[in-house]
Amino acid sequence: MNDQRTLFDYLLRRADSDLVLAQRLGEWVGHGPVLEEDIATTNVGLDLLGQSRLWFAYAGEVEAGFNNGAGRSEDQLAFLRDAAEFRNLMLVEQPNGDYAVTMARQFYFDVWHELSLRGLTASADARIAEIAAKALKEVRYHTERSADWVIRLGDGTEESHRRMQAAVDDLWMYTGEMFEVDAIELALIDAGVACDAGTLAAPWRQRVDAIFSEATLTVPAGVWMQGSGGRGGKQGVHTEHIGPMLAQMQWLQRAYPGAQW
Amino acid sequence: MESTSKGVTGMNEWPLWEVFIRSQHGLAHKHVGSLHAPDAEMAIKNARDVYTRRNEGVSIWAVRSSDIVASSPGDKEPMFEPASSKVYRHPTFFPMPDEVKHI
Repeated sequence: MNDQRTLFDYLLRRADSDLVLAQRLGEWVGHGPVLEEDIATTNVGLDLLGQSRLWFAYAGEVEAGFNNGAGRSEDQLAFLRDAAEFRNLMLVEQPNGDYAVTMARQFYFDVWHELSLRGLTASADARIAEIAAKALKEVRYHTERSADWVIRLGDGTEESHRRMQAAVDDLWMYTGEMFEVDAIELALIDAGVACDAGTLAAPWRQRVDAIFSEATLTVPAGVWMQGSGGRGGKQGVHTEHIGPMLAQMQWLQRAYPGAQW
Repeated sequence: MESTSKGVTGMNEWPLWEVFIRSQHGLAHKHVGSLHAPDAEMAIKNARDVYTRRNEGVSIWAVRSSDIVASSPGDKEPMFEPASSKVYRHPTFFPMPDEVKHI
């Protein structure tokens, strides 16, 4: 794989995790527990959608560079690829569940997202650094908000604590993948382009421990991590949940190719 | 209302908060509306998401609606009417020199 193809793949990883989580959060529209949460959660989803567009736009330009000028548009990349071509983390494709599950998923992702974007602001690729700096401002707020909810539900009522603990337990097995580094990322880390996900594990865990302790939650232990050994979402290996989600997300462009607002 | 350590009430309804926003150019916070939130921190965050999505503000105040003390509509006459007959309280009887602008 040449450098440009490697970069393309990496940009899809960034874009797809944002897009898939945005789609999941969008599923809450009109179903939020209260009006204020409906708006706030959707806001986070829209932030992530905006960020995915920046990554897709750049990915399309990079693709044009190694594909005789034929780079795909944002819409083509988002709506015309099948599950095995998606490069998102398995964590973000997990179903919304109850609000505790949605917030546990969000919190695990947000803490990782913030750390990795912070790393990318120092990327040797100026475009990546620029997108990361812009996204970081939004994501710092996302982390605060999801951490707040983990604390409130964890240290809330007996029922909210039970649900929050179950949610962080169930999703824990998808957190290991966030810190896996494969050949693609290794090449880009060496070139100073990507941030080394392996170095994020310790600060991520530190933040999670601190919030869980305030939330009176127990950090899960002894769980086998999904997607380890280079067979995870980043390599196109997904859980069964991504298919139905993509069907919902993509049907319009599939049924009416090239449709526009 | 029963409260837990983080202020989430035992009831189904969260308390109501009044939201005040200071706009980019405004000096004072203005009342923009109300919302429900379990506690003060979340009230600020919800206010950010509900009332400042279109760049409306640079500062937010939130106050529990139950903490607002209001005058009673029934007291309108004794409260406000005595002032309406005292035009001399308005500074409109001073001739302003032409050189003074923007007053």
